[in-house]
Amino acid sequence: MSSTTISARRGPMAILARTGRMIMPAIVLFWLAMAFFGYWVAPYDPAGIQDADLFEGMSRKFWLGTDYFGRDMLSRILAGARYTVGISLMATSLAVASGVLLGLAASAIGGLFDAAVSRFLDALISIPSKMFGLVLVAAFGASIPVLVLTLAVIYLPGCYRINRSVAVNVAALDFVAVARARGESTLYIMIREILPNMVGPVLADFGLRFIYVVLLLSSLSFLGLGVQPPQADWGSLVRENMPGLPYGAPAVIMPAIAIASLTIAVNLTIDSLFGRHARDGVR
Amino acid sequence: MNATIGRLLLTRLVAAILTLWFVATVVFVITNLLPGDVAQELLGQSATPEAVAGLRKALGLDLPPWQRYLEWLWNMVRGDAGRSLVNGSPVAALIGSRLGNSLILAGITALVAVPLALVLGITAAVYRGSVYDRIVGAGTVLAVSVPEFLVASAAVLVFAVQLRWVPALSQLGRLDGVLDVIRTFALPVLTLTFVIVAQMARMTRAALVDVLSSSYIEMARLKGAGQARIVVWHALPNAIGPIANAIAFSLSFLLGGVIIVETIFNYPGIAKLMVDGVSTRDLPLVQACAMLFCGAYLLLVTMADIAAILANPRLRHR
Repeated sequence: MSSTTISARRGPMAILARTGRMIMPAIVLFWLAMAFFGYWVAPYDPAGIQDADLFEGMSRKFWLGTDYFGRDMLSRILAGARYTVGISLMATSLAVASGVLLGLAASAIGGLFDAAVSRFLDALISIPSKMFGLVLVAAFGASIPVLVLTLAVIYLPGCYRINRSVAVNVAALDFVAVARARGESTLYIMIREILPNMVGPVLADFGLRFIYVVLLLSSLSFLGLGVQPPQADWGSLVRENMPGLPYGAPAVIMPAIAIASLTIAVNLTIDSLFGRHARDGVR
Repeated sequence: MNATIGRLLLTRLVAAILTLWFVATVVFVITNLLPGDVAQELLGQSATPEAVAGLRKALGLDLPPWQRYLEWLWNMVRGDAGRSLVNGSPVAALIGSRLGNSLILAGITALVAVPLALVLGITAAVYRGSVYDRIVGAGTVLAVSVPEFLVASAAVLVFAVQLRWVPALSQLGRLDGVLDVIRTFALPVLTLTFVIVAQMARMTRAALVDVLSSSYIEMARLKGAGQARIVVWHALPNAIGPIANAIAFSLSFLLGGVIIVETIFNYPGIAKLMVDGVSTRDLPLVQACAMLFCGAYLLLVTMADIAAILANPRLRHR
């Protein structure tokens, strides 16, 4: 509907607006692709020490300069996408899937179950996310499976809260009452009646949650408590190159810009898909 | 009337204390869940079983979990957080020596950030829909989607490396005069301000826009009141509650920002202490710092709640 009005419009401004709308989703897709293929697309071996100075600036040979070992920064960032995007995607999927499931169950079962789960998870929200992350890492260490679980656990309560409120609204509608009167099972009502009607909010929440997860994972790695060497996500890349900051090395700022490009692109993509108000329900 | 408010405030306070207790329990459970033994880890793989058993006894690890939990909880209430596993000094003393530094950093940031956020939020609300409003709106979305260490390293690059106005690292040694103080705190405060102003300005704008769209403002406009008079005289008094709420809530974001900022600028505060504690897995230190941060967070959130109740008579009847 709106696409026909846009394509009917001509002129440089319309083209500019249209490409502008495409750029953000394109960046998101690019980083998603890099999470899978970044290691092979990289122009140099991400771990290989090149014939270059330490903390070299940007050049034709090394587009984003070199790091503290003289390794190619572009290759390291492309290879690091696997960890930043991969871990974040896994953790977000885990948090959203369990949040949706618990929210659905709470709305369909109601009563004591709903009250108990809601109380418990709401109380967990009162632990600031970075603090929660630090305590979990202090207790369980920082291997990648632990990181995925840690991030999922931290964002599960917020996820549950928003999905429950959406599910409760759907569960109050007439067709759910009809299904109950038909004698359908709770599981059937959850999956076939309520779930299909909350796809939009769930997707918007997934995107926003993904941003928080990326930022928290990067922060943990930046503190040296996330992805451990020799593996390196973008937060670790910033951390290991901090000594280059006084020389103004691009090695410090480029991985941080990669993170920002991902989070901002996801943010604006959600805005254009679901409208700006989608954000306000979260947190 | 006053009795209702008193009762409401009391409920909030009790709820906050109960939540703090819940948080303490969560922290204790998480840090005691791992089957790995602290005593074994401290002494290393080559320690004799007798030595490990002795240390277990000394640390109280041979007691049943619920007994350790009660003892730990009681010690926390008394302010005795135990001893550091790494250097054996009392955790309370470690924290005490750093707490002041963190509070100074947070205080200066609040002094800078709150007025700035109010000005941004109020002007954006007054000129709603204008280019200025849209720039502020886009800026705040950008600011919340960018990692703190990007802001911090960009600030260092610009102000310390390019312009050479300030040193890249904070050194809390000698502070001779105002200039030194400004130099030491400029970059950490700038970074923290950037992080919390966005949230605060957004919420302030939303609160004021809400009030400005009500019918009594319309009435004032029809009466012929000027824009400045409407905003300052008619709208702001009713927006103070939500704005105070926004301030208290946004200040709780300081806690997250402080962790990164103290690390990147090597600032000797308790967040840095805690991060070091996590990397050496010094659990008593981590527990105590976590409780301190969660307590501060709860305090701010409860204050936001109370501000909302005091400012909005309608909330008193729920």
